[in-house]
Amino acid sequence: MSTQIEQKETETEEQETEPEVESPGERRRAAKRQRLAEEEAQRVAEEETLDDDETVHLKVFRYDPEVEGKQEPRFDDFAVPYHKGMTVLDALIYARDRYDSSLTFRHSCRQAVCGSDALFVNGRQRLGCKTQLSALEDPVRIEPLPHQEVVKDLVVDMEHFYDQMEAVEPFFDADELPEDDLEEQRQSRENREKVKMSTRCIWCGACMSSCNIAAGDNEYLGPAAINKAYRFAMDEREGEDRKQERLRIIEQEHGVWRCQTQFSCTEVCPKDIPLTEHIQALKRESVKNNLKFW
Amino acid sequence: MYEHDVIVVGAGGAGLRAAIAAHEEGADVALVTKLHPVRSHTGAAEGGINAALQEGDSWDLHAYDTMKGSDYLGDAPAIDTFAKTAPEEVIQLEHWGMPFSREDDGRVSQRPFGGLSYPRTTYAGAETGHHLLHTMYEQAVKRGIEVYDEWYVTNLAVTDHDDPEDRECHGCVAYDIKSGKIEGFRAKGGVILATGGLGQAFDHTTNAVANTGDGCAMAYRAGVPMEDMEMIQFHPTTLPSTGVLISEGVRGEGGILYNDNEERLMFEYGYANNDGELASRDVVSRSELTEVNEGRGIEDEYVHLDMRHLGEERILDRLENILHLAEDFEGVDGLDEPMPVKPGQHYAMGGVETDENGETCIEGLYAAGETACVSLHGANRLGGNALPELLVFGARAGYHAAGKDMKAAEIDTGPSAKSEAGDVHPPVEPGAVDAGSEDVAADGAAVEPKAVIENAVEYERRRVDTLLESDGVNHAEVRAEVQETMTANVNVFREEDGLEQALRDIRQARVDYEDVAVADPSRTYNTDLIHTIETRNILDVAEAITLGALAREEFRGAHWRAEHQERKDDEWIKHTMLAWNDGTPELYYKPVILEGDEQTYEPKVRSY
Repeated sequence: MSTQIEQKETETEEQETEPEVESPGERRRAAKRQRLAEEEAQRVAEEETLDDDETVHLKVFRYDPEVEGKQEPRFDDFAVPYHKGMTVLDALIYARDRYDSSLTFRHSCRQAVCGSDALFVNGRQRLGCKTQLSALEDPVRIEPLPHQEVVKDLVVDMEHFYDQMEAVEPFFDADELPEDDLEEQRQSRENREKVKMSTRCIWCGACMSSCNIAAGDNEYLGPAAINKAYRFAMDEREGEDRKQERLRIIEQEHGVWRCQTQFSCTEVCPKDIPLTEHIQALKRESVKNNLKFW
Repeated sequence: MYEHDVIVVGAGGAGLRAAIAAHEEGADVALVTKLHPVRSHTGAAEGGINAALQEGDSWDLHAYDTMKGSDYLGDAPAIDTFAKTAPEEVIQLEHWGMPFSREDDGRVSQRPFGGLSYPRTTYAGAETGHHLLHTMYEQAVKRGIEVYDEWYVTNLAVTDHDDPEDRECHGCVAYDIKSGKIEGFRAKGGVILATGGLGQAFDHTTNAVANTGDGCAMAYRAGVPMEDMEMIQFHPTTLPSTGVLISEGVRGEGGILYNDNEERLMFEYGYANNDGELASRDVVSRSELTEVNEGRGIEDEYVHLDMRHLGEERILDRLENILHLAEDFEGVDGLDEPMPVKPGQHYAMGGVETDENGETCIEGLYAAGETACVSLHGANRLGGNALPELLVFGARAGYHAAGKDMKAAEIDTGPSAKSEAGDVHPPVEPGAVDAGSEDVAADGAAVEPKAVIENAVEYERRRVDTLLESDGVNHAEVRAEVQETMTANVNVFREEDGLEQALRDIRQARVDYEDVAVADPSRTYNTDLIHTIETRNILDVAEAITLGALAREEFRGAHWRAEHQERKDDEWIKHTMLAWNDGTPELYYKPVILEGDEQTYEPKVRSY
């Protein structure tokens, strides 16, 4: 009985708060609840967690167009001793430095800001450096990002991704600047808040790799590039004319209208950017401006 | 051979700023970087950018704080230039669209930072560097600046005159990581080294894996002296397991450090008289380690940094990124529990000797950003001073290399600036092992630009062929040898025996490196080869750091010596300089310049 009442109360509360815009705190708490739930489910599924004296079994994709024996793609197995807090990247580095120095992958900052080490781990796009091994099922299967050309082992060609980013003219163009070189433009806190999440993109390419539409349409701008367009189109410091140009770019045939709101980009984004929402927001802007749509 | 007016090596903050400046001057400029520009480590900077922007603040206050913070090892011409120029650079970034945190009236926010007499640190949440890097890359894209990404510059093309001050830099040699191709790059105006930090000389560092001191080591071997290499900043708040940085912004906003007895350590044990957690970074780092060494550390390793009392709203507004870092890398929720922190290698105050225009003693060779030592930070860098440094001096190097008429520099560079010979007694002969064979290009004839570059290319091709064809030691073993001894012996606390041990270990690592070989035979994306070349650079910078630390027999800023517990102004207000000297480092000194534009800085006792 009491449980039911509590549930009802919760529901009512949720209904009350729903129409309001979620605060970053709420979003964060919701994301955390979800993550904890996922981790708990994982623990239950595995029935035991990793201990410090155990080994993790990696199955790593290998391919090198130049080296005999590696021209046929295959998976190599590595057993890596586990310690608490170990990430996928730590395990790859261990395997490379101790077992096979030809094992190739990109990485640099190992703190989720350089965006180098987006990988396909156990069937999902993730940053190797911020993915704890304890949250994964064993064996851990590590592959290059899907839908990208593989250069070697886990390294994919990012040129297409960069080209799409550049296609949206990803740079700030102010209408007019203060005459005094020592005076900044004013930007409201609200406006900064509005574009804040979009500015967090680290160009890792996980979103593009997870997008079904991008996989089938090579010209589709893709979530990261459209998010970049959102970042500028919504910045109040740019003028109306520039915004019109930006909308013209994103409402072209291979722009925002290709998005089928499957949310896979949002799902995999390591910086929690609400990519799908941003794409929808630009669709709305486009409609509001009475521009044609496909 | 590729040709441009200006070649910028490295495309982080300093490199991008230099390239934009050179482009503004009308130069044809190219960025050559072993990563892609947005992958650069500038993106990991968190705290902010200092600039005197508000009424009540002024450039000379900023300059004074910087000189005081440097423990009087900074050069006044560099400090004055820096503090005067920082405001326009910061506002320019804003004009370029950088998403700074804002006040209610729409102006950029400023917050307090350690060692600052005024809250003059502008910031964008706790991810200032990310926004700075991306904003500048966007501007580079807007200008159509050419970028050679994933091209690793491995050597400079410098004429081989005996005296480094007669040498000229005509370009560099780069290795295309994707294809394995080695090519020459000719720069008619100049080469600007902006390759960032050297944290990988240590095994607990906030620095990216790519920060292997490449620019420093290349310039050093080409004949440019390295300055104040012993001055390594250890950041007091890094996560124990990974070295990931927890911004000083946390303490700036009011975060508190506690020991295992839940005592507010900065006050309880009298480490700081008034600034508490916001004392200089070196002071806080030593305080934390003292707690650990005296048994009041948590798990004998770290202390706690608590920001819970700041309230969720403020944390989310200004420090949200910190919550993610603590959670992803340490499994700690900063809203519910204190975060574990300990000191880690963070920043190299020393580096390639330059003047205020970014120029080295070799004509046509420049350096800017963390790679360089214009001597702004002296013995201790203030938080929030690294980003404006790369803006101010990145831009100046870019302008100068592109031919802009700059005011003559007041800082002297090169061996002729020597004031006295150095005095150091290493336990082994440093360097030396087969170093001679890697000296500048050829035999006295190489002065014509194309020939100099072709020689350098030829040299690199042979080096790579040899590495790929031979069998031997894996670079990872050599690298670990160096990193471990540096962290054990050349850390926050330094003593003579340890420093000597480090030199012996580095010497051994050099011997081992003689047999280094690359196991991966591929020319495609060969990271084994890249890391092997980097490891050579790590060896040279690690040795320089240690030699400098052994030579400087005093306690100044970040440089603490067990046997020398005082700052010795009579003897040591001078820079330690190391010249390559055919692979056997030669130590000498250069005077510090304390005469500024408006005042001569008088060293005062450090009492904070």
